[in-house]
Amino acid sequence: MGELVLLRHREIPDLDRLEVYQAHGGFEAFRKAVTSQQPADVLNEVKASGLRGRGGAGFPTGMKWSFIPNDLWPHYVVANADESEPGTFKDREILESNPYQFLEGLMLASYTVQANFSYIYLRGEFWQIGDKLEDCIRQLEAAGLLGEKLFGSNYALRLHTHLGAGAYICGEESALLESIEGKLGQPRLRPPFPAVYGLYGKPTVINNVETIANIPPIILNGATWYRKFGTERSPGTKIFCLSGSVNRPGNYELPLGTTFRELIYTHGGGILGGRKIKAIMTAGASSSLIVADEKALDCPMDYESVQQQLGAPLGSASVIILDETVNMAWLVEKTTRFFEHESCGKCTPCREGTYWMAHLAERIAGGQGGMSDVDLLNAVAHAIQNKCLCPLGEFSIMSVRSGVEKFWEDFEKVVSK
Amino acid sequence: MNALQQKFPTQIQTILAKYPPDKQASAVMPLLYLAQAETGFVSQQSIQDIAAIVGLSSTDVDALIGYYTLYHDSPAGRYRLQVCTDLPCALRGAEDFMHSLCANMGIKVGETTPDGLITIEEVTCLAGCHRAPIFQVQGDGEITYHENQSVETALALVAELRQRAARKEVNNG
Repeated sequence: MGELVLLRHREIPDLDRLEVYQAHGGFEAFRKAVTSQQPADVLNEVKASGLRGRGGAGFPTGMKWSFIPNDLWPHYVVANADESEPGTFKDREILESNPYQFLEGLMLASYTVQANFSYIYLRGEFWQIGDKLEDCIRQLEAAGLLGEKLFGSNYALRLHTHLGAGAYICGEESALLESIEGKLGQPRLRPPFPAVYGLYGKPTVINNVETIANIPPIILNGATWYRKFGTERSPGTKIFCLSGSVNRPGNYELPLGTTFRELIYTHGGGILGGRKIKAIMTAGASSSLIVADEKALDCPMDYESVQQQLGAPLGSASVIILDETVNMAWLVEKTTRFFEHESCGKCTPCREGTYWMAHLAERIAGGQGGMSDVDLLNAVAHAIQNKCLCPLGEFSIMSVRSGVEKFWEDFEKVVSK
Repeated sequence: MNALQQKFPTQIQTILAKYPPDKQASAVMPLLYLAQAETGFVSQQSIQDIAAIVGLSSTDVDALIGYYTLYHDSPAGRYRLQVCTDLPCALRGAEDFMHSLCANMGIKVGETTPDGLITIEEVTCLAGCHRAPIFQVQGDGEITYHENQSVETALALVAELRQRAARKEVNNG
């Protein structure tokens, strides 16, 4: 692999210890920002870097921060560490092994929007990581890096963790905010967006863990340095979570624009058991199925290319590999059951639709359905499309519609005659 | 002071201090974890205590227990062994793993061993897809991850959990 910007702990042992992180330039970016830069300077550097949100949407981070109004206070920053998309396990590695880089990024984001309290929303399963981050925060307070009058300035900052409790939907930013507020984690109607009406009704920036971990190196080394990685419109490195039918599943930090072929065959060691690759999912269970032909394998993995060449979003780059033995009717049963379980129940098309898709898919994959059931499954998916408050409903139909369209013969194989 | 406040006075203060003084409802989730730490589920009394502490109705608090999968309103095994069988794990044998483990332990998914110690549950993605089969163990107020598992390693862990439970009984007695 090339230069590591995020997974630096793979080259630097014990990087999760404060003194080691500081010995490798840690908190120099934060010190530089608080002592010699205005918040607008930090914002402009992040804008110039072209960093885009790593949670899935790819929205420009600097632009997101710039939506925070200066006539409504206080401001909050919330780190989204609810990593729950099947096939996604990158934030966990950052938090476990390079936690201070993430925390420094959160501190820089907080300084930029002048937030004095910021929260880290962790999925409840990350119980041990929550303990670890609390310990890191205590050490930062003891070292004078968090608290009042930082570096002799008037800036004060406190960080807190908040554990979720097992609800995928809380990764959706407005549901996450509801959850911190002590309510059911259900998405809000927008507008107003969180930048104006966020946590406790106040302006709030919400960023994914990986996005945040990019901030310290950008501030320390500058936007020009950052742009030497990746492509013009998708700068930087990205952690690709490779899972499924590959020999070496795992996290691979590579420049955006690396091809699927390089990820799967050079880094991932090729397909399990020497089998043939059949399809690729790029955004976990929320993906459209991409037929893994030569064109797809040679497609660069950046936000534009995947969308333009393959008609699917890169999303969180949770790359799940399906080999020739996988029947897509079985796969659709797995994904629809997941979304049925995780639908929050607020919007009827999603709540009812995911229920019916899961039951139809189970009947089809179990050999009890006919082709009319496949048509009905597709029709239910169509009925969910564009009718929900948040993207979960939309996500739930991706594998269904692309599966039925591109792998019709898989469904023909399993239906009863 | 209600029963929960008498039992965990300092922990409750630490939790409440994380949130703005006029936004104490935010403390409901950490308080639910605190309330179920010892018994593995939240009692009706704790629901009322939490509601009083954070200024919500007990119905609101109860609704959260139903909504979030890591809160429980009824007792199960002391340790909930929760296996992920979502798509990436299933592609690497997680379903076979779970069913063999169940067969070896003589219970079905969702059931508890006769000694009341282990419940096996099927859960959605745990963010460990590259190290399947994977499960987490929820119990004794903690959640721990166990990755790259086989039926043999899982059974060894079950034996260890049984020993741990026995030691705690001795210490408490």
